[in-house]
Amino acid sequence: MPPRPPAWLVLADGRVFEGVGVGAPGHTTGEVVFNTSMMGYQEALTDPSYRGQILTMTYPLQGNYGTNGFSDESAELQVRGFVVREMTDLPSHWQSTDTLSAFLERRGIPGIAEVDTRAITRHLRSRGVVMGTITRDETPAQALARLHSEPDYAALDYVTEVSTKSAYDFEDLGTPLGGSPDGAPAPHVVVLDLGVKRNIMRLLRERGCTITAVPHTTDAETILSMKPDGVLISPGPGDPMLLDHVLSTTRGLIGRTPIMGICLGHQVIGRVFGASTYKLKFGHRGANHPVRDEVTGRVYMTAQNHGFAVDGDHLDADARVSQLHINDGTVEGLAHATEPVFTIQYHSEASPGPNDTEFLFDRFLANVRAGEPSRRG
Amino acid sequence: MRDANDTCIIICNMENLDPMGVHTGDSIVVAPSQTLSDRDHQMLRNSALKIIRALGIEGGCNVQFALAPRPDVVAWDGSDDATCLPYHVIEVNPRVSRSSALASKATGYPIARVAAKIAIGKSLHEIQNSVTERTTAAFEPALDYTVVKIPRWPFDKFAAGDRHLGTQMKATGEVMAIDRTFEGALQKAIRSLEFGQRSILWESPDWGDHPPLDATDERIWALIASLRRGRTPMEIAHDCGVDPWFLERFARIVAMERRLLAEDLTPTLLCAAKRLGFADRDIATLADRLPEQVRALRDEWGIRPAYKMVDTCAAEFDAVTPYFYSTYEEENEALPNLDRERMLVVGSGPIRIGQGIEFDYCSVRAARALQDAGVMSILANSNPETASTDFDTSDRLYFEPLDEESVRDLLENEAGGGEAPPSIVQFGGQTAVNMAGPLHAAALPIAGSSADTIDLAEDRGRFEAILSSLDIPQPPGAGVRTLEDAFTTAAAIRYPVLVRPSYVLGGRAMEVVHDESELRRYFGAALAEGTGAVLIDKYLDGPEVEVDAICDGNAVLIPGIMEHIERAGVHSGDSMAVYPPQRLTAEQRDAIIDYTTRMALALGVRGLMNVQFVIAPSAQPDGPGVFVIEVNPRSSRTVPFLSKVTGVPMVQLAVNIMLGKSLKDQGYEGGLWPERDLVAVKAPVFSMAKLIGVDTFLGPEMKSTGEVMGIDHTFDAAVRKAMIASDLEVRPGTPVLLSLARQTKDEATPLVHLLHAAGCPLYATEGTAAMIRGLGIPVTEVTKILEGHPNVVDVIRDGSVGAVINTIEGGRAEVRRDGFHIRRNATEMRIPCFTSLDTARAAIEALAAPDDYSVQPLIEYRDGMTS
Repeated sequence: MPPRPPAWLVLADGRVFEGVGVGAPGHTTGEVVFNTSMMGYQEALTDPSYRGQILTMTYPLQGNYGTNGFSDESAELQVRGFVVREMTDLPSHWQSTDTLSAFLERRGIPGIAEVDTRAITRHLRSRGVVMGTITRDETPAQALARLHSEPDYAALDYVTEVSTKSAYDFEDLGTPLGGSPDGAPAPHVVVLDLGVKRNIMRLLRERGCTITAVPHTTDAETILSMKPDGVLISPGPGDPMLLDHVLSTTRGLIGRTPIMGICLGHQVIGRVFGASTYKLKFGHRGANHPVRDEVTGRVYMTAQNHGFAVDGDHLDADARVSQLHINDGTVEGLAHATEPVFTIQYHSEASPGPNDTEFLFDRFLANVRAGEPSRRG
Repeated sequence: MRDANDTCIIICNMENLDPMGVHTGDSIVVAPSQTLSDRDHQMLRNSALKIIRALGIEGGCNVQFALAPRPDVVAWDGSDDATCLPYHVIEVNPRVSRSSALASKATGYPIARVAAKIAIGKSLHEIQNSVTERTTAAFEPALDYTVVKIPRWPFDKFAAGDRHLGTQMKATGEVMAIDRTFEGALQKAIRSLEFGQRSILWESPDWGDHPPLDATDERIWALIASLRRGRTPMEIAHDCGVDPWFLERFARIVAMERRLLAEDLTPTLLCAAKRLGFADRDIATLADRLPEQVRALRDEWGIRPAYKMVDTCAAEFDAVTPYFYSTYEEENEALPNLDRERMLVVGSGPIRIGQGIEFDYCSVRAARALQDAGVMSILANSNPETASTDFDTSDRLYFEPLDEESVRDLLENEAGGGEAPPSIVQFGGQTAVNMAGPLHAAALPIAGSSADTIDLAEDRGRFEAILSSLDIPQPPGAGVRTLEDAFTTAAAIRYPVLVRPSYVLGGRAMEVVHDESELRRYFGAALAEGTGAVLIDKYLDGPEVEVDAICDGNAVLIPGIMEHIERAGVHSGDSMAVYPPQRLTAEQRDAIIDYTTRMALALGVRGLMNVQFVIAPSAQPDGPGVFVIEVNPRSSRTVPFLSKVTGVPMVQLAVNIMLGKSLKDQGYEGGLWPERDLVAVKAPVFSMAKLIGVDTFLGPEMKSTGEVMGIDHTFDAAVRKAMIASDLEVRPGTPVLLSLARQTKDEATPLVHLLHAAGCPLYATEGTAAMIRGLGIPVTEVTKILEGHPNVVDVIRDGSVGAVINTIEGGRAEVRRDGFHIRRNATEMRIPCFTSLDTARAAIEALAAPDDYSVQPLIEYRDGMTS
C-alpha cells in the first residue's frame, strides 16, 4: 500500500489540523460538523441532510466493517468531505464489498485521516460549527485564502441539489411490500422530498404503503391530485428559512390529509405553526440523543442530524410541543390539536442509530388508515 | 438499564476477541464492538431491549450474545432476511455484573449508582450525569476511544494448573486500557498485566514453528508469534476463530516490530510506534537501545503522550470529571493544576494472588485522606474492578499501566515543566513499592518512606546488617550457590530449613526441607531453572505473628498484633489471623513492640510498615523467642482488617505523616494501641475448585484469592463465623476422612478425640486408621486409589464423608499421588479440606463450642457495647 499523502483540514477561523489524505484527491469545502455515532458511517455519508458539510466522526476507528451495496441512504455520497482519526483499509465483515477509503475515492469525495478528531470536536463545541476545507494540493495558507473566497454554507440551497427532479414511485425490490389488514387497498403515501433517506420509504413500504416521492417544488394541489392517504415531509439539508415554497405547500395540505414531518420537514411544519427557527451552536448529530414524550414521560434514544431547530415559544394555539430534548430542551416534536399532523425533529427511521421510535411510522399509518375512504378514490 | 417508566438504554456494547466457548470473564474484551455494522449492532440492541422489558427489570441487566460472523458458520433457515446473521442469547444477568463494572469504567457511566437511584424510584432522566453535570443518565454513552480488557490469570503462581480456558472462569482479576488506537489499548493492557516481565514481544521457549492457537492465557502472544512466523491473518483466523479484524491489527504490530528492527529510529518512526502502543522498553529491545535512551529521544523530539478525558459523550459536552488516559495525539486535556498542593497515589493494578483488593482499600483511603487534608489527590491504576478507578474517588484519575514509563509520563505531565508532585508508593502493594527505585533514579519525589528505606528493608544483606546492629534476632540462614555449601549451612543451622530461590522465576516456590535428600532434590531443580543462589533459613516451628505499624520518624504506633492460627510455613496470606493474639506471653508481646519500634525508626519508615515474626521459645531459651522473618516497608494486606477491628484510621494517619503531621499532632502516641474487647478472625478464601490441576495444600506459596472476617466476643465464636463464611464449617456428626502424614500423627491425637466426641464418624487410610484404632476409636478403613473400591476418592465423591483432614509428608506435596487426588476431589466436591492440623483444630474446636455467636454491627463490638 503506497503511503498516504499529507493533507490538511483548514478551518475558517485559521485553525489547521495536519493529517493524511484519504478518499479522492483534490480539495473540498463545507461546514465542518461532528457526529458521535460509533457506527453507521456509510449511512451517514449518504444521508442528504449532510449535503454541504464536512463530517467529522468522533469515534476514532472508521471503516472497520467496510462498505456494502445496500447501506446507502441515497443515490449519492452527500458529504463534501470526511474527517477521521484512523481509516482502516483492512475491513472485516462478510457483507463488505469495498474499503471505506475506496468508497470515498470512487465517489470523488476527499477525506483526511490521522487527525486529532477529539481536538476538532472540542473546538467546534466551544466555538460552534465553522466552514472548513480539506486539502492536499495547496499550503494551509493558500487553502485558507481560498476558503474565505468561497460561499458560506448558509448561502446555498442544498434542498434543490438533493431533491428528486421529478416524481417517482418508490420500488425497492429488497423491501417486500407489507400486507394491509383486512385486505384493504394499499395506502398511498406521497413523500415530499427535501432530501429523503431510503429507509423512511422502506419502512413505509414494509407497512404496506405504496409511495410516490415528489420534488420539493411540488405544490399542494398537485400532491392532492395524486390522492394521497398521507403525506410525509422528509428530512433534508440546510436552513428552513429558505423554504417558503414548501411552507405554502404544507399549509395547503394541513386539514386535507394526514401529515408526518421529519427533521427539516418538522422545521417547515413548525414555521407553518407560527414558530421561528434558529441555528444551533454545533447541532445534534449522533445516535444517543434522549427525547422525552411530553404525554407519556417516556424517554427514547434517537438518531439525530440537524443544525437548525424550532423555537417553541410562539406556536399557534392549535399546535403544541409534544417532545423535548432532555439535554438542552430543544423542541423535538410538534402536534396539531385537531388535525392528524405530527412532527419529529429526530430520525425515527434510524439507519444509522436506534430503532426505538420506529413505532411513529405505525402512528402515522394509523392516521393514514383512519382517513376518509373517499380520499382513496 | 431500565427505569420504572420503561425508559430503556444500552450503556455499552462490548465484543469478545475470543470466539464463543471462553467464559466472558476469561475473554479479552474490546469496547465498543469493532466488527459489527450499525445494522448488526441495532439488531442485538433491539434484542437486548426486548429482553430487559420482558423480564421487567428495573435497574441494570447484562445480555451476552453469540453472533455468527459469516453465513457459512451456522446453518440457518430462520428467516429470509439475508441482510442479518443469526444470533443466540447465551446468558442474561438480571443484575449488575462483572461486565457492568467494566462497562462503567469503559464508558464513564456509573451503572451501579444509577441502578441504586432507579431502585428508589427515580427515572433515568431525573438522575444527573455526574460526568457532564449538565446532561442526565438517560442517554447512551458515546466513546471516542477504544477499550481493551485482558483477564489476569494466576498461572504464574500455579505452574501446574491447566491453562486451557473454557466455560469455567479462571482469572482472578483483570486490567483495562484505553487509547485512541486499538493497538495502543492492547499494548497498554498487556503492560498492565504485570505477568512476569511479559511484553508484547514475549514468546514461550516451547513454541516451535507453530505456536499453539488453542484458548489459553497465552493465546494473545501465540497469535502474534504466529504472525511473526509468516502465517497470514486469514489463515490464523480460520484456525482459531478470532475475527480477522483483530489479526490484521496484530499484523500491524508485527509490521512495526520489523520496521523497528530494520530501520533507523527517526522521529516519524518513533511517533508511529508510540501511536501503536509500543513501550519504550520494547522499542529499545527492537531498535537496540536502552529504554532510557528511547525516553531521551522522545524528550528530544517532543514525542510525549497527550491525555484525553473519558467524558461519556465523545466531547459533545464540556465534562467536569477528570478521568484521563494517555494517547499519542495533538491536544492534551489534562493540564496540571499548579496552584494546589498535589500528590499521586500509585495503585495496585490487577487483582492477583498475593495482591488483592486490600491494596485498593488503601489507595482509596489514601486519596480520601489527601482530600480531607486539602491536598489534590491524583490516582493512577489499571484495574477496572476497583473503587480506586471510580472517577469520584480522587480529584484526578489516570487510567494507565503502573509501569515506570507510564507513571513517569503522567508525573511529567503533572509537573507542567516544574516540580512533579510527590508519589505515594506504599499503598499499592508490591506494584507501587517497586516504583520507588525507578522514580528515585529519575529524580522524582517520593512521599513517605524513601527509596533507600524501602531498599534497606528489601535488600537481604543490608537488612541483616541493620537487625544485627539492633540486636534483633532473625532465623539463622545464608544464601548458597553450591550443593556442598547448602549441606554445610543446613547442617549448621539444623533441619528443617526453609529454602527459596533468591530470584523467583517460573513456579519454583519456597519449601520446608527436612533432610539432605530433600535438599538435594530442591537444589537440583532450582539450579536447573537458573534461579541463581538459593536462600536457606532455619525453619522455626512455632506460631507466626504479624504487626502493622505506623511511624512518623519519632514515634511508632502499632494498632494491633495478629497471631496466625497456622504455624510458620504456611504463607501469611493463607493463614487464619486472630486479633488480639490469644497465646502470646507478656514478654513476647513486649519484644514484638520493642523490635517493631526500633526497626521502624532505624529503617527510617515514614508511614506504614508490616512485620512478620515467628515465636520459637525453644530456639532462644534465654530470651523471648521472638524472631523477625520479614519486614515490608509498605501497607500490607492486613491493613483493612486491622483498621476495621481497631478503629485506628491507619491509612489516614500514614498519609498525614507524609504531609508533615506527627502522630502526636493527630492525637496518637507510640506503642501498642489498647486492645479492643473483641476477637476478630481473618480467614482465607480459595478458588481451587476452578483451577484444575492445582494442588490445594497450604504451604509457603500463597494460594488464596480472597478473605473473610469473623468477629465476636469470644475466640470460638469468631472462628466459627470465619469458618462459616469461608465454607470450612464442620458440623457435629459430619463424617470426616483422615489421611495423615507420619510426622503429624502424634500431634493429631487430641483432634481425633475431639472429632469422636462431636459424633463425627471417622474414615481413614491404612496407617491413619491403625493409629485411630490404637486410640480405641472406631474407624472405617479405606484403601488407596489403586487398591480397589471403595477407596479414598470414592468416599469423597459419593458423599460418604463431609470433610477431609490430610497432612503432607515433609510439608511438601508430590503431584499425582494419592494425597493430591484426595485434596483435588475434596475441593471439587466443595467440602472442607484441611491440610494444616492447626486450621483443623480451630475448626473442630469451634464445632464443639455451643451455637451462641452474637450478631451486632461492627462498631458495637469495637466500642464494647453488648446487645
